[in-house]
Amino acid sequence: MKTVEEIKSAIEAAVPGAGVEILLNPGPSGQHSLVLRREGAIEVATFLRDDPELALDFLSNVSGVDWPDKEIAEKVKVTRQVVKTVDGVEQTVDETVEETHKRVEPGYLEAVYHLYSMEKKHGPVILRMRTVNRIDKVELPSLTPIWRSAEFQEREIFDLYGIVFTGHPDLRRILMWDGFKDHPMRRDYVEPDDFEYEPTAHDEVLARAQEHKSGEQGTGIRDQEAAKAATATGAGQ
Amino acid sequence: MSSPATDISIKLARQEGWNRPPVIEPDGEGELLELAMGPHHPSTHGVFRMDVALDGERVIRLKPVFGYLHRNHEKIAEGTSYLASMPYTDRLDYFCSLTNNWAYALAVEKLVGQAVPERAEYLRVILAELTRIQNHASSIGFLLQEMGASGTPLMYAFREREKILDLFEGLTGSRMMCNYMRFGGCRVDASAAWLDATRKVVSGIPEFVDEFENFLRTNEILMARSQGMGILRPELAVNAGVTGPMLRASGVNYDIRKVDHYGIYDRFKFRVPLGDHWDIYDRYMIRMLEIRESIGILEQALKEIPGGPVMDPKAKIRGFRPKPGEAYGRIEAPKGELGFYLISDGSPNPYRYRVRPPSLINLTILEDMCLGHNVADVVLIFGSVDIVLGEVDR
Repeated sequence: MKTVEEIKSAIEAAVPGAGVEILLNPGPSGQHSLVLRREGAIEVATFLRDDPELALDFLSNVSGVDWPDKEIAEKVKVTRQVVKTVDGVEQTVDETVEETHKRVEPGYLEAVYHLYSMEKKHGPVILRMRTVNRIDKVELPSLTPIWRSAEFQEREIFDLYGIVFTGHPDLRRILMWDGFKDHPMRRDYVEPDDFEYEPTAHDEVLARAQEHKSGEQGTGIRDQEAAKAATATGAGQ
Repeated sequence: MSSPATDISIKLARQEGWNRPPVIEPDGEGELLELAMGPHHPSTHGVFRMDVALDGERVIRLKPVFGYLHRNHEKIAEGTSYLASMPYTDRLDYFCSLTNNWAYALAVEKLVGQAVPERAEYLRVILAELTRIQNHASSIGFLLQEMGASGTPLMYAFREREKILDLFEGLTGSRMMCNYMRFGGCRVDASAAWLDATRKVVSGIPEFVDEFENFLRTNEILMARSQGMGILRPELAVNAGVTGPMLRASGVNYDIRKVDHYGIYDRFKFRVPLGDHWDIYDRYMIRMLEIRESIGILEQALKEIPGGPVMDPKAKIRGFRPKPGEAYGRIEAPKGELGFYLISDGSPNPYRYRVRPPSLINLTILEDMCLGHNVADVVLIFGSVDIVLGEVDR
């Protein structure tokens, strides 16, 4: 099995201008990934599948990941010239002030592909593709024409994350219903507060239980029968 | 070694759309009948719909519709701690809760670099193979049920399954929702009495398999309705990510127990059965043979199981916060490749928790297999895929 660096150089030799970047995984699993550019992704994927040495013929898993906008607060020391009155005389003095700059790192949506080779029995090789932003430019090229196993999984990501896979043969919602508007797997999704009150059997049971606790007369069948028998004998006397 | 399947797939890949379902023209003049099979059709094993277009009896188009059981398992898991998702994985494929536990535990162990003690590994193998036997037996029973053998084969399978579920109950406290594995081992140790009981059950399974096979193998109805039916070509199976017995019935030698050697599977001798005809009968036969191989693994594991702890004493349970990173762990579940993809950002909850459900992905080629067949055969082809809707919809 080639390392990520070797795969990267193999891709760059075969697909000029592919622009693949390596994303190192800091965890102990050692599964590093390759970040593809949207433009050349189809060519790179075709190469990875058809190259006799890599032969990544099996696309196992496609997952969506949401990376929302990140607000990064940085503390910067700024030196400014300030006019101050010292001992009754106006002077221009250099003063160092600490300022917090807030910077918003734009978020994106990501599709992660786990590839294996059934022929060579190696893997995984992990590909990642990123959208421009999370709002309107959410297109990614679909890899379904290359690996059919992406068909339902990309539909699921379209459904739950809202990534639009261009070139997908049948891009519809898969788990949520067609009229559904939002994308529930996004980090900022808020559940709609539209639950209707429905009387259920529980309320009746609860009422009966409360009645049972408060009064002396039980509400079970035997208690009711006993009560009936008591009133019957009472009437007889 | 180069497998013939991928050679063909590379050649075919040059043609546009080779991996799409073929377009079948209706030959009659009449209208197409659009039929919704499901979501309450008894053959769908749950709530699943197939929108079928029929030309007479022939299937011209088939679109599966999912989501009736969708509860967004992944979102729920992202809102709770790592350990709290463990009981919830039981509910994915509720026939095989122990393999679900194992896949999730394996992914988390990869994420944090956690080792598992010897005895726990043996117990995991024993439980996974018992799960495989009961899953395959009941899936064959359900398949026969759909062929019209009402009840009897299913009850034979369930009789055997019951014994295995009793073992699960004895060890984990629950028959189906076992919630047994932990990150770095297993929850409780197995007693010597439990291991003896397991040996006794395992020694009785070959007799059941022989009996089951004697009844079924040359059964006229099974042969007439399954041979040459629902053929799945190996190159398409590989391309569509089909895994498990479905893939091996299509003749592709790919068993994750052999490929990844996860756990301690490299210590056991077992063979991987492969199909020749790629049809429903092969899928039935592969499951039968896999039961026999599982019995072999169980006998070896029960003989060799060592003593010792079942939980790594250094494993962190409280305040479990994996370092930032990601991991994809997968196992050979009875239905195919079950994987968990986890991204950690250093917090107690997973940042991303993804289940790779074999049942859903094995359904990708349902349309390809069913086109051109009669509508009655769709039920069988669907039954031979062996899915559980709890996992498809998640």
